[in-house]
Amino acid sequence: MTTLLIENTLHGIQLGLLIFLLAAGLTLVFGIMDMVNLAHGSLYMLGAYLAFTFIELTGSFLLGGVLALVATLLIGMVLEFVVLRSLYARDHLDQVLATFGLILFFNRAVQAIWGAGGLSISLPSWLQARFEILPGVPYPVYRFGITVVALIVAAALWYLIARTRTGMLIRAGASNPRMVSALGVNIRLLFTTVFGIGAALAGLAGLMNAPISTVYSGMGEEVLIQAFVVIVIGGIGSIRGTFVAALGVGLIDTLGRVFLTDLLKLAMPATSASTIGPAIASMLIYLIMIVVLIWRPTGLFGRN
Amino acid sequence: MQDRLRLAINVALIAALALLPVYSALFDDVFAMTVMTRVLVHVLAAISLNLILGYGGMVSFGHAMFFGVGGYAVGIMAYHGVTSGFLQYPVAMLGSALLAVAVGALSLRTRAVYFIMITLAFGQMVYFVGVGLEEYGADDGMVLSAATKFGPLSTGNRVQLYYLTFALAMAALYLTWRIVNSRFGMVLQGAKANEPRMQALGFPTYRYKLAAFVIAGALCGLAGALEVDRAEFVSPAMMHWTRSGDFIIMVVLGGMGSLFGPLYGAVAFLVIEEVLSGFTDYWQMIFGPLLVLVVLYARGGIDSLLPGGARTHGGGHG
Repeated sequence: MTTLLIENTLHGIQLGLLIFLLAAGLTLVFGIMDMVNLAHGSLYMLGAYLAFTFIELTGSFLLGGVLALVATLLIGMVLEFVVLRSLYARDHLDQVLATFGLILFFNRAVQAIWGAGGLSISLPSWLQARFEILPGVPYPVYRFGITVVALIVAAALWYLIARTRTGMLIRAGASNPRMVSALGVNIRLLFTTVFGIGAALAGLAGLMNAPISTVYSGMGEEVLIQAFVVIVIGGIGSIRGTFVAALGVGLIDTLGRVFLTDLLKLAMPATSASTIGPAIASMLIYLIMIVVLIWRPTGLFGRN
Repeated sequence: MQDRLRLAINVALIAALALLPVYSALFDDVFAMTVMTRVLVHVLAAISLNLILGYGGMVSFGHAMFFGVGGYAVGIMAYHGVTSGFLQYPVAMLGSALLAVAVGALSLRTRAVYFIMITLAFGQMVYFVGVGLEEYGADDGMVLSAATKFGPLSTGNRVQLYYLTFALAMAALYLTWRIVNSRFGMVLQGAKANEPRMQALGFPTYRYKLAAFVIAGALCGLAGALEVDRAEFVSPAMMHWTRSGDFIIMVVLGGMGSLFGPLYGAVAFLVIEEVLSGFTDYWQMIFGPLLVLVVLYARGGIDSLLPGGARTHGGGHG
């Protein structure tokens, strides 16, 4: 029982960090460009599909992953340049519609290229091992690796935004893009850069998660909606809020799916518990979002 | 003059829809009627969304949840042997309306992009409820056990189903017309244009918007009921979030905040789908970019292309 709890807490943190990688890009793009980008989930999906291809081509898990990351970054920047740039000045409905169109395109395009069935990426043998993370609690090396990489990336993102000149411009761009532009900063380049960072984060999340789940068309939207929940809970535009909310959502979702049915069995007959347990578990994060919104309509760390 | 031409086009379209079953019978073309029944169901759903999206400026990305609730109301009642439409359809509308009260009351506390995301999340939540209904087929859904009966009439009869759908869609169109031109509708449109001003004038805009949200939910529930009678099948896919996206596309394609817009939009959307999917299985690869182009270059929708159409558009915000 304790082992199960520790293992799933770690799983939850890992899921939370993956959602954070996706949500961070979304919330940056929204905070700075005032842009709702539904196609962000497509970049997550593309990261996974491209990783599949590059790993097969190069025969190396790491090299393939890095190449896929670079490719996703480039696709993201091209996407920004060709389509999304024209949408910044539009209202949210236009942005939702156009990026919904992009989702339709990408979801079908990956089926045309890689086939309709799901793909799986197999791990190299050195990543398949388990090690004792705590005495008596074996944990997969790869999952631990994901958690570490995601934490490093989150720290780097914090450093970039809080401590570097680029980060200063990004923050300035968020509060007053016109002024930043008037001061001689190439705001378009800045926007493209921010979008590229977001795309790379989404791609990284997608490709890291691929070996422990399946690569399929539409995989991006499931996690995109979770990322939306995280952003709404955390407060749009707040990286800190997003981080806290992502970890919370990851933990609650994972632990809820594992333990809720057993918890309900204490209070009701076993058959009805196993019927409604999974249903409530999958709704849990939405219920939490509702509670947060009743309490704070702009999220935990949101500005009014 | 232009207004007359416009009226003539609208009347011609409605007359054509009214006479379609006659054509079907004469030329033995059942397919046309089957397709158009599906179109009219979506017209009704789009009309309901247009009320809040087009006239109220509420970008709800979870409208399909009401479609699903209405559908499940019919499916579940039929499963338990209740086949009277006089019971089923009111329950479908009431169920959707109650859900709309809860969802609207919470979602309307937020604005702009929060509203979009929270309605999306609510939609997803209701979707998972559908997936969790083990008794009623869970993920796979279930076949409708019996057609809905209205006294001697039955939705099992394709012509009767067509006219039922047609009549209800036209009734919804009339209702929208009445609402939009009433004091209630004026406040709703005023709140879309400038909410602080309406509030300063003393209108509790939250309540007006919530009322519109509930009416739209109930109408969409009705559309869902018809959809299940049409498809003889109910499943969570009815309320998948992409379905909510489809409804938004129909409304925008037709022209937001235009009375006949949803009619044109739903027809256009489903015809494009039908035609493109005839060319290739991968029709979304064409439709997706097409949608981007419409958003970028043809924002007023079909309505603005008709004679006398206003070539302006109102901005949508939650």
